[in-house]
Amino acid sequence: MGFLAATGRAFLIFLEATGRLALFTGSALSHCVRPPLYPRQILRQMIDIGYYSLPVVGLTALFTGMVLALQSYSGFSRFQAEGAIATVVVLSITRELGPVLAGLMVAGRIGAAMAAEIGTMRVTEQIDALSTLSTNPYKYLVAPRLIAGLTMVPLLVVVADIIGVFGGFLVGVYRLDFNAASYINRTWEFLQPVDVISGLVKAAIFGFLIALMGCYHGYHSKGGAQGVGAATTNAVVSASIMILVWNYLITGLFFSTK
Amino acid sequence: MTTVPKIALKNVTKHFGPKKVLNGIDLEVAKGESLVVIGGSGTGKSVMLKSILGLLTPDSGSIQVDGVETTRLRSREREKLLHKFGMLFQGAALFDSLTVWENVAFGLIQGAHMPRAQAKEIAVAKLGAVGLTPDVAELSPSELSGGMQKRVGLARAIADEPEIIFFDEPTTGLDPIMADVINELIVQCVKDLGATAVTITHDMASARKIADRIAMIYQGRIIWTGHARDIDNSGNAYVDQFVHGRADGPIKMQIKAL
Repeated sequence: MGFLAATGRAFLIFLEATGRLALFTGSALSHCVRPPLYPRQILRQMIDIGYYSLPVVGLTALFTGMVLALQSYSGFSRFQAEGAIATVVVLSITRELGPVLAGLMVAGRIGAAMAAEIGTMRVTEQIDALSTLSTNPYKYLVAPRLIAGLTMVPLLVVVADIIGVFGGFLVGVYRLDFNAASYINRTWEFLQPVDVISGLVKAAIFGFLIALMGCYHGYHSKGGAQGVGAATTNAVVSASIMILVWNYLITGLFFSTK
Repeated sequence: MTTVPKIALKNVTKHFGPKKVLNGIDLEVAKGESLVVIGGSGTGKSVMLKSILGLLTPDSGSIQVDGVETTRLRSREREKLLHKFGMLFQGAALFDSLTVWENVAFGLIQGAHMPRAQAKEIAVAKLGAVGLTPDVAELSPSELSGGMQKRVGLARAIADEPEIIFFDEPTTGLDPIMADVINELIVQCVKDLGATAVTITHDMASARKIADRIAMIYQGRIIWTGHARDIDNSGNAYVDQFVHGRADGPIKMQIKAL
């Protein structure tokens, strides 16, 4: 019986958490579309997510593109398929690695910061103070972050795509001695709009999930410094897992042939 | 009482898990009076204030402000109602991402949609009212001492000229001199605004200074109310023990925090 009770308890806790997250998401979304919005807060978050994440996302993309070219060369040269390297690089970057790696880096950088900031505001009663000043915390804290995540991560991924492909180009031309013109030609040859678009759709959803997890865990953190620490960890871990799961689901939606 | 009380609580209950925190609170606060609620840690003082503000929803019972039932308000109506309230939080709960004057002007800018320049003038005037010079206005809250933060919190609470002001442990963590300064400021501000004030504290010096009327809360119930001058001969063993701060008596310390 003890085993059944434990299973049941775990299941109930799971249901409770799911329900709470669903309510939080619904409430946050409804505040994203109902005025008043806070343009100052939205702008601040956009700069934080979009601009200040550029270095880390750019570096990630650059080295990913470079290593992709290097790896596929060493693999493809075994069956004389070196010509496909440019195509492999551009498809991998735009469809998968651009959005996923940018998403994971932003989750670490932004999701953690959001959870820590909102969590600290929770435990120091700043969120209660917002309410007493007739300002809805969902509207003032959560909505701007969701909007910024949703719009800025796709832009970051556009930059990551370009830098990533450029990284592959650098290795291809300067290290593997491809002809620059034919490398670029090969890059464009098999690239279809859906490759880039699917990546950007992923990016938008990842951005939303990162901000949602950061806000949700921060908002519900309790118990001082330790609670805020736990919220930060949970925000990053849950956002990362959700990114990987949703990545699979969206890929299935766009590219399933069956 | 023939007139409608400013705030009226009837049989309010609230529990967290198995723990009953409010156990049928009955309390009335008349317009323009200053009520101090005393009681030990974990007796439900803060929960009571937060229930009146709507930060927590009571399980049962009625809370009326100006004769209007508030326990089941929708969030829009709640925001409107909260314009009547100002609150000084225990840790001041200043927004650390904003400067001092932006904190004080927060309710004016975000809640009442006042232009920033005009709100800043009022903020500086309110800072003056709590004894802070205009050069403090541009500082960040983290640069201020605890007592200064309390003053800024007080300025923020009175900036929107509320009809009702709540003080949550206004003197906790301050040295006796600064505590007295804050007490004087509270008395002054409440008098100037003609506001109704509810203070929760366990500092008897503060209670004697601020209160018109004192109520004692114990185990989630109001066990005594009376004029401030009657506090020393209440005829209630619980009140006597608390007022004189004796370890022995009918009140037993509870170990677990809420």
